[in-house]
Amino acid sequence: MMDDLRRIERTAEMNDTKISAKGVQVFYGDTHAIKDVDVQIGDKTVTAFIGPSGCGKSTFLRCLNRMNDTIDICRVQGSITMDGQDIYDPRVDPVQLRAKVGMVFQKPNPFPKSIYDNVAYGPKIHGLAQTKADMDVIVEASLRRAAIWNEVKDRLDAPGTGLSGGQQQRLCIARAVATAPEVLLMDEPCSALDPIATAQIEELIDELRQQFSVVIVTHSMQQAARVSQKTAFFHLGNLVEFNDTDQIFTNPQDPRTESYITGRIG
Amino acid sequence: MILLAFIILFVAAAIGYVINIRAAQAIRDGGAPLHSLVGFHGMFSALVVLVPVFILILLWIALADPLIQRLVAASLPEGTFDGLGTGAIQLIMAEINSLAGGRVFGTPEDWKIEAAERLVGYERTADIALVVVVIIAVIALIAFARRTVIAEFRARQGSEGIMLRLMAFCAIFAIFVTIAIVFALVYETSKFFSMVPITEFLFGLNWEPQIPIRADQIAAEGAFGAVPVFLGTLVIASVALIVAIPIGLMTAIYLNEFASRRVRSVVKPFLEILAGVPTVVYGFFAILVVAPWLRSTGASLGIDVASNTALAAGSVMGIMLIPFISSFADDALSAVPQSLRDGALALGATRSETMLNVLVPAAIPGIVGGILLAVSRAIGETMIVVMAAGLIARMTINPLDSVTAVTVQIVTLLIGDTAFDNPKTLSAFALGMMLFIITLGINVLALRIVRKYREIYD
Repeated sequence: MMDDLRRIERTAEMNDTKISAKGVQVFYGDTHAIKDVDVQIGDKTVTAFIGPSGCGKSTFLRCLNRMNDTIDICRVQGSITMDGQDIYDPRVDPVQLRAKVGMVFQKPNPFPKSIYDNVAYGPKIHGLAQTKADMDVIVEASLRRAAIWNEVKDRLDAPGTGLSGGQQQRLCIARAVATAPEVLLMDEPCSALDPIATAQIEELIDELRQQFSVVIVTHSMQQAARVSQKTAFFHLGNLVEFNDTDQIFTNPQDPRTESYITGRIG
Repeated sequence: MILLAFIILFVAAAIGYVINIRAAQAIRDGGAPLHSLVGFHGMFSALVVLVPVFILILLWIALADPLIQRLVAASLPEGTFDGLGTGAIQLIMAEINSLAGGRVFGTPEDWKIEAAERLVGYERTADIALVVVVIIAVIALIAFARRTVIAEFRARQGSEGIMLRLMAFCAIFAIFVTIAIVFALVYETSKFFSMVPITEFLFGLNWEPQIPIRADQIAAEGAFGAVPVFLGTLVIASVALIVAIPIGLMTAIYLNEFASRRVRSVVKPFLEILAGVPTVVYGFFAILVVAPWLRSTGASLGIDVASNTALAAGSVMGIMLIPFISSFADDALSAVPQSLRDGALALGATRSETMLNVLVPAAIPGIVGGILLAVSRAIGETMIVVMAAGLIARMTINPLDSVTAVTVQIVTLLIGDTAFDNPKTLSAFALGMMLFIITLGINVLALRIVRKYREIYD
């Protein structure tokens, strides 16, 4: 029953492609970390990247907001376009790209500032709010969207580092959505959290899909199955299989995918 | 003889070690299960011999000589010391000691020669007594340690206990030394304040300590207002920090976040060299390069610059402090987790925004701690100011004037003629005490801030 509903949603929303990657290669020094990856990431869809540790899924995720630029020895080749615009074009400023492609990290990393300032930081540096009242609106909307408003509305001046792990991660999601991104990248967002906090974040991801295109890297295949509509399986730097999530988990085409989801490699 | 005592001690410890190991092996080979391993029985014996006798020899070295001196002094003819001051008594004893050492000046009186012979005799007796006492003690302790060797004896706990107490003693030793230093300072300072009122010292605006020590000297009337001296230190330290803080912080920020690996690999060793330059060399630099340059620059601008300005001393001291501040700030910035950096960059912050808004605020406690430690170094720094700053205390905050510093005054007061019953000499201790209190306060504050900062990220 649940599966049927999901499938209907999927077909209904499998609309435009948001990000398109073609022939992407990534090198760390002499190491060839990503080999010739083609992938289409749909708008208003949750796409999961799964695969064993070191398979390159996080590296590929970091290509999508050019975070790999911050690593000196890292080189990216191939083309990645967002809404048809090549994001590695010299005319694109990675700083502005990152405002449009938000990112949430494995470990919650709130700044050592107040909860309010954590959320207001992105809008402030990008000049999204003209007045304090505007900023208040953005902060409240972002915290509501990250489903943490009710827990923190009475202590917006308290330090963000004083929250629990799950709350910190939702604060980081609020911080990421505050810059009004179009894509939200999540790098194992639940791996440092307990099951209850994980469930809250997963629920949140499903809601975020209404507005954003979400890409999530996860080690948990159950999580990929629960939250995503599309799943990409990476192995040793190759994109082995990319398909609808239920197809990947019920009817994998590649023997390596099957071995991984049944627990034989990884 | 003392060397002989030590040799006897170490040989005895080795013998005790072997005896106990043999005894323990015999028990083990006899089939009884030993509580501790054989080696621990040996170590227990060695420690039982070594530690107490070592302390005994040290105490003997410390106490024997004063005791002998006292015995000799007591044996002198009645009334020798009558009506003499401490200086004269010390002189007589020094002469006797010289005679005992075979250095004869002029023709000494007979009673002095007799006393010197007695002194030599006492010393010989004391040396022999030391060796005898050590031999008796080590034999008794070896015997005691040997008797402990039974199957049930917890030799491991025993020797570990001795080691533990030894380590605890070493740890406490530093505390005792600190307390002793403070007591010495407080004692001399209180003598000073019994001659000069504390209010004059703390609030007086005149510092002319070169008063006569002997009646035939011609010198100043004397004034002990420390305010201008501390003001001088303040001016010099301020100049130093104005130079060091911006340059040090910029260096740290650049090296930490912006510099390429190649630049870093060149600049860092240079900073370490800068940190390793002896302060005396900085002093040369100040008087030979900076001060003349300031003077000629001032002259070409029509400003009269003194030859030993606060600016010269302070700016060179600032150069000395640059590596200090930059390494502290560098450590603090490096300690900020990479995840915070990534978080800010992923929000679309530029590298400088990340640095200014996220990394520096997160590192500020560590940076402030480093700056405070630099402040206390600037206040306590001696060599540069002795060489480059002036001697006359002036009530001025003009960095182009010649000012003096607290440490400079302490040095000049303790050089040359000193008399420890004269406020001129004693005022050095009062200055030292004040300096100690100030730097102690700053250090405590700095450590508190640094510790608070550690609690956030560990």
